[in-house]
Amino acid sequence: MAKPQVAFYWTASCGGCEMAVLELHERILDVASLVDIRFWPVAIDAKYSDVRRMADGELDVTFFNGALRNEENVEMAHLMRKKSKLLVAFGACAQMGGIPGLANFSSKRSLLDQVYHQAPSTSNPSATEPVEKSALDGYELTLPPLLERVYPLDGEVEVDYSVPGCPPTGETVWRAVTAILEGQLPERGAVLGASEETLCKECPLKKQEKKVGHFYRLYEKQPDGETCLLEQGIVCAGPATRGGCEAACIKANMPCRGCYGPVAGALDQGAKLLSALASCMDSNEMSGITELVSQVPDISGLLWRFSLPRSLAQGVREPAGSSAGGGSSSGALTGRKEAK
Amino acid sequence: MTVRTTIDPITRLEGHGKIDLFLDDRGELENAYFVVPELRGFEEFCKGRAIEELAFITPRICGVCPEAHHMASMKALDAVFKVEPPPAARKLRELLYNTFYVTDHTLHFFFLASPDFVMGPDAPVAERNILGVVAKVGLELGGRVIALRKECNEVLAMLAGRQVHPICGLPGGVSKGLNEDERKRVQEIAPRCVEFGQLALKVFHDVVLGNSDYVALIKSDIFAHRTYYMGLVDEQNKVNFYDGHLRVVDPDGVEFARFRPERYLDHIVEHVEQWTYLKFPYLKDVGWKGLVDGKDSGVYRVAPLARLNASEGMSTPLAQAEYERFYEVLGGKPVHATLATHWARLIELLNAAEAMVELAEDPEITSADIRRIPTETPGEGIGCVEAPRGVLIHHYVADANGIAQKVNLIVGTGHNYGAICMSIKKAAQGLIKAGQEITPGLLNRIEMAFRAYDPCLACATHSAFGQMPLQVRVFDKQGRLVGGAERGLSGAQPRGLE
Repeated sequence: MAKPQVAFYWTASCGGCEMAVLELHERILDVASLVDIRFWPVAIDAKYSDVRRMADGELDVTFFNGALRNEENVEMAHLMRKKSKLLVAFGACAQMGGIPGLANFSSKRSLLDQVYHQAPSTSNPSATEPVEKSALDGYELTLPPLLERVYPLDGEVEVDYSVPGCPPTGETVWRAVTAILEGQLPERGAVLGASEETLCKECPLKKQEKKVGHFYRLYEKQPDGETCLLEQGIVCAGPATRGGCEAACIKANMPCRGCYGPVAGALDQGAKLLSALASCMDSNEMSGITELVSQVPDISGLLWRFSLPRSLAQGVREPAGSSAGGGSSSGALTGRKEAK
Repeated sequence: MTVRTTIDPITRLEGHGKIDLFLDDRGELENAYFVVPELRGFEEFCKGRAIEELAFITPRICGVCPEAHHMASMKALDAVFKVEPPPAARKLRELLYNTFYVTDHTLHFFFLASPDFVMGPDAPVAERNILGVVAKVGLELGGRVIALRKECNEVLAMLAGRQVHPICGLPGGVSKGLNEDERKRVQEIAPRCVEFGQLALKVFHDVVLGNSDYVALIKSDIFAHRTYYMGLVDEQNKVNFYDGHLRVVDPDGVEFARFRPERYLDHIVEHVEQWTYLKFPYLKDVGWKGLVDGKDSGVYRVAPLARLNASEGMSTPLAQAEYERFYEVLGGKPVHATLATHWARLIELLNAAEAMVELAEDPEITSADIRRIPTETPGEGIGCVEAPRGVLIHHYVADANGIAQKVNLIVGTGHNYGAICMSIKKAAQGLIKAGQEITPGLLNRIEMAFRAYDPCLACATHSAFGQMPLQVRVFDKQGRLVGGAERGLSGAQPRGLE
């Protein structure tokens, strides 16, 4: 049988997903011997034009990490989709928008204002901003324009599977790759390489009844190292988050922030976490509940830390009549497709 | 006819940088632009977050050096909450940070830089990679590089909770200490890091300094710029990665400024251009004169060469001895030769490894007193560390409830952006001659000019497979494709940043 034809590509991301692949250590050589890596800009000598020349569907699988932040990212998402039988959203950014997706709490306009006009170290008396086309001394330089919002990969193209994590652990990567190579694939749309249950199931801390009388900020309380963090009043995204990371953060005395995304069937990770928090509040009075809620600042930035572009909430919207991408579609979960 | 040569993509990390080279009628270089075409805007979306969460959000700026962002962030948070971490916490942070330096500098040198020297700048692309280096220098060395990386990663995970995107940082300390078993493990690993640092320097001496062609290349004018240099130093003006004063020396090596990082706004300003998303920092007291070097231009450099130039020595004995040799061989301070950055990086690697040994032996490192609970009302804080790629500044303003109101970030490669642009242009000008074919070897020499500043992520990824892609397209003035070349690019990933 011919070796599977594989590609890796990245868009708006930090490079951590590539580091995650390296966490395979010596097993990466096994993978390399079992597949033909046709395109991986950080690692092998292949070019965009090589991909463009491929027949549609010529790649068996493409692992795509990073969110969609600019026009070039979108173009590459379409190209990789067209050339790949399986398109895998690799890591939290491609799956849900990830940390760069927090930009959807603001508009593109305020992002540019902050970086080029408001930053205290920036001196910009002529109010210069990067532009798509600059004419300089008779020649032209180009930049890809930013999109109005950040989108996960499936906001633009159809995605077959996801591998969760910011970044996925080495074990998650290995399980996902093995599942693909051995053809042990679950139904289309599923998450690969992680658990089907919440993080709480693999968390080593002791869990009893959750009755929280006070929520603490991270810096306010030293956890005891034994009891469920939520029971100690430290907000933990474990109940709304898929397991599979072996509770690495919790073992370092820190709570989960949700990078593995929601469990199957949960439409919105943040909503799920909100419901988990509400159910453990030890108060039936409105005043007590209000008090508890006020102890969790920037709750939306916590609930949708990695998943804002995928959420029902969708962050900020541009006023009606503004340029593409904002505000026009009430039902749009993730996509530019609907918003256009 | 002006023709344009585009090298795209050259970068990793914040996306795909590209180099546009414009040739004049005679086919000589007219101008060169290093364009950073991505922006994520952390400064904007960190606003509104609970301020302590920035220690976990900002490392996502870079998956290769998340430890640097984590460290700058927790220091900024100490200041926001006006809380001093207990001594053991500071030592744990420094142990984490020095371990990170050892891995990061190792990867850079062996995976990215050494192929140019060990295999030679004109070696075939298929050989000019880590595998070629191992084949030539010996399998034993390759094995040691891999073993070192694995052991340092073990220490990082022990201290930081995870290998990528650490999570131990809190205002006032760290979330996790070291137990006695773990300390013993670090004590086994740290001396091996020192031996490795010495071995790396021996390889450099044998392969690079032992070859007069390479020494000439390092010293050649096309790879040099007379600029200001900035680096973090301790009370004795020794290089310090974690804390201290920012010291600036002028192109003659004379101290120009020495200030607490909290005063950075008095000294650093960023300039905006419309053809790139990345800003250009410059020295406020000198001013922005464009992409030119010299004493009248505010362009300054950071990272290993700059740190050595801006300091008066190293904090550990073996590294200090090598520091002295460095200036002796290269003709005194400051050294302007960009390619000497590789040697400076190895001196720092040894320094970090020696620091690991000292910290692992410190009786206090296993103390359980690793965090202070802040009691002050949050306010403003500035955290500064030396990232491997240069001075890293996180500046936060929180309201009384600890919600981020303002966030400003100036990152290593940002400081160097102006100098990187200049280095590319100067190398291209020196190397591209009228009517001459643009060969892979020639392009590689241009890349070497900026690879020294430290390509980032692919340091690691390069390990197994080899080369970055490089596309060179030549257009005429009407934008028609009139020629081109494609080849792999070995590790040219200067990081574009926020």
